[in-house]
Amino acid sequence: MTDSALRLVWIYPDLLSTYGDRGNVLVVERRAKQRGLQVERIDVRSDQAVPTSGDIYLIGGGEDRPQRLAGERLRQDPGLGRAVENGAIVFAVCAGYQILGHEFIDDRGERTAGLGLLDVWSTRGEGKRNVGDIVAEPDPRLGVPTLTGFENHQGITHLGQGVSPLAQVSVGGGNGTGDGTEGAWRDTVFGTYLHGPIMARNPLVADLLIKLALDVSALPPADNTWYDALRAERIAAAQATA
Amino acid sequence: MSAHPDSAAPSGSLNARAKLAVTAGKAAAAVSRAAGRGSGSVIGGRVALKLDPDLLRQVSAGLDVVLVSATNGKTTTTRLIAEALKAAGPVVSNALGANMPAGITSALADSGEARFGVIEVDEKYLNMVARDTNPKAIALLNLSRDQLDRSSETRMLAEKWREGLAGTEAVVIANADDPLVTWAASSCKKVIWVAAGQAYKEDAWSCPSCGGVMQRPDEEWFCPSCGFRRPQPHWALQGEFVVDPQGQPWPIRLQLPGRANLSNATSTAAVVSVFGVHPQIALQRMESVQAVAGRYESVLVNGREVRLLLAKNPAGWLETFSLIDPAPAPVVLSVNALSADGTDTSWLWDVDYERLVGHPVFVMGQRKLDLAVRLEVAGVQFQVIDSIQQAVAMAPQGRIEAIANYTAFQQLRRDVATPN
Repeated sequence: MTDSALRLVWIYPDLLSTYGDRGNVLVVERRAKQRGLQVERIDVRSDQAVPTSGDIYLIGGGEDRPQRLAGERLRQDPGLGRAVENGAIVFAVCAGYQILGHEFIDDRGERTAGLGLLDVWSTRGEGKRNVGDIVAEPDPRLGVPTLTGFENHQGITHLGQGVSPLAQVSVGGGNGTGDGTEGAWRDTVFGTYLHGPIMARNPLVADLLIKLALDVSALPPADNTWYDALRAERIAAAQATA
Repeated sequence: MSAHPDSAAPSGSLNARAKLAVTAGKAAAAVSRAAGRGSGSVIGGRVALKLDPDLLRQVSAGLDVVLVSATNGKTTTTRLIAEALKAAGPVVSNALGANMPAGITSALADSGEARFGVIEVDEKYLNMVARDTNPKAIALLNLSRDQLDRSSETRMLAEKWREGLAGTEAVVIANADDPLVTWAASSCKKVIWVAAGQAYKEDAWSCPSCGGVMQRPDEEWFCPSCGFRRPQPHWALQGEFVVDPQGQPWPIRLQLPGRANLSNATSTAAVVSVFGVHPQIALQRMESVQAVAGRYESVLVNGREVRLLLAKNPAGWLETFSLIDPAPAPVVLSVNALSADGTDTSWLWDVDYERLVGHPVFVMGQRKLDLAVRLEVAGVQFQVIDSIQQAVAMAPQGRIEAIANYTAFQQLRRDVATPN
């Protein structure tokens, strides 16, 4: 963080805000403010330039055509890439996750270039769409507990050598590659298929992003009563149907 | 509402196979009713359609059919149109909201002497029903995100409507303030544009034609990339008036609350004008409509007034927040996530619950914990409860506004019908 306010950038709410991932912005903002931080929220529409000076960049899921449009516009905008070079944090969900990779399949069924910020590439699954509650055990290096979320995607995301899986699935589909991986991450760039939204179901993921932005190892405690109750309910419900 | 609800005779124009199918369908419906499994209209229609897939075409053959489709407001607008059209002749309608082909077939099989068939149609089935019923008019009210875990993507739906309705002979009455609806209707031959308003705009920032970023100054909207823009409306909602194509304003006096129903009334006036019903007559007839399938109904629970409000998706919640009593009126929220509701509750985060700050709020339903986290983040004071009776016992003075999504709303209606 370069000045007193945490700069929270929400990329393309006009295109990639269809599955409630706006909640990620709201939860990060709320939990930062609860820790006494000033938050400057910057919503960047797809006809606007992505600022390079943000601390945390959030990208949500969207439908197939908006995903293609978002990918095209982000490829022409050097903002996000420069921000990552500067050490900014990027957390992307579903369609946004696929855009961070090398390529994805667009609404016309064509292979479309992504941003290459994560060493992953996405194809389209032939089988049943992955829809439902998902439970996954995160990479222990992230220091967050079991992940719960809701997935809704046809895409399959393949991981290259340059990334680690974000988590290992215990219930659900995840990356869909058959090896049980879910999501991907490298340094400060994260991608996942989890909606719910993920930050509402896993507030310690929101805290992780804030800690990375502040470069601190701990935050003042926050009241997690309702989050914990929701987490317990959803994890139990997913395991019961598995 | 059937013009002749007691009539058991199917329409005289049906062939022998169709008559058999209708009879078998009615038998199935009677069995379903006797078993306490609902009104029986859907199962009856399903049995009948299975016996004769051409049945929908036949049961609608003698009727002037009006189709009504939208994400929100279908059931209420269908009711308003049915009421207004009675000025021109007897009406049959699927008033109970069974809006897929089986339910529609079942409703029309009881058409008796009706001249008009006013039919609510699920968005996904509009093309098919439009093909089979040869409608005279099709009303397209709005399109926005709804149950994305099981439905088509919203723009895809608009695209399907556009393809399916391109050749229709029907007069299409479409909301010019909704870019997706405009996109769907603009390939049709005969369109009456209605400025019916659009409160929830989050699905309308991307041009449905070219993907450009929509500009929305005041009431206008246009795409700077391809020029797709809001058509000049023939009818308009202005304040609490319907303005007709001659520029004449007619006051709307509904018992139904809220901006969305003023919008529904405006579309209704435009629809029935196709059949020669004057807007003044139409609006007078609409005044008689009270609760529609329990929506907006006020009930007493342990002596306390509770108003039942249905909100199924972000656009619906937004419209509902705009009509509830101001703070500090107590508010109950109930959300389920059964298959009919959509099993993904992520949409709660597309709703501005921040607007409830200042209201004492009570949350219930299967997904009350999702609501609890949502309200915690919104900075809204709330309590988690298990029943509407509990809310009545705990809430401060004033009418309680109870807002629920689909199956939670049905549950609420059952709960208040049988006091504990």
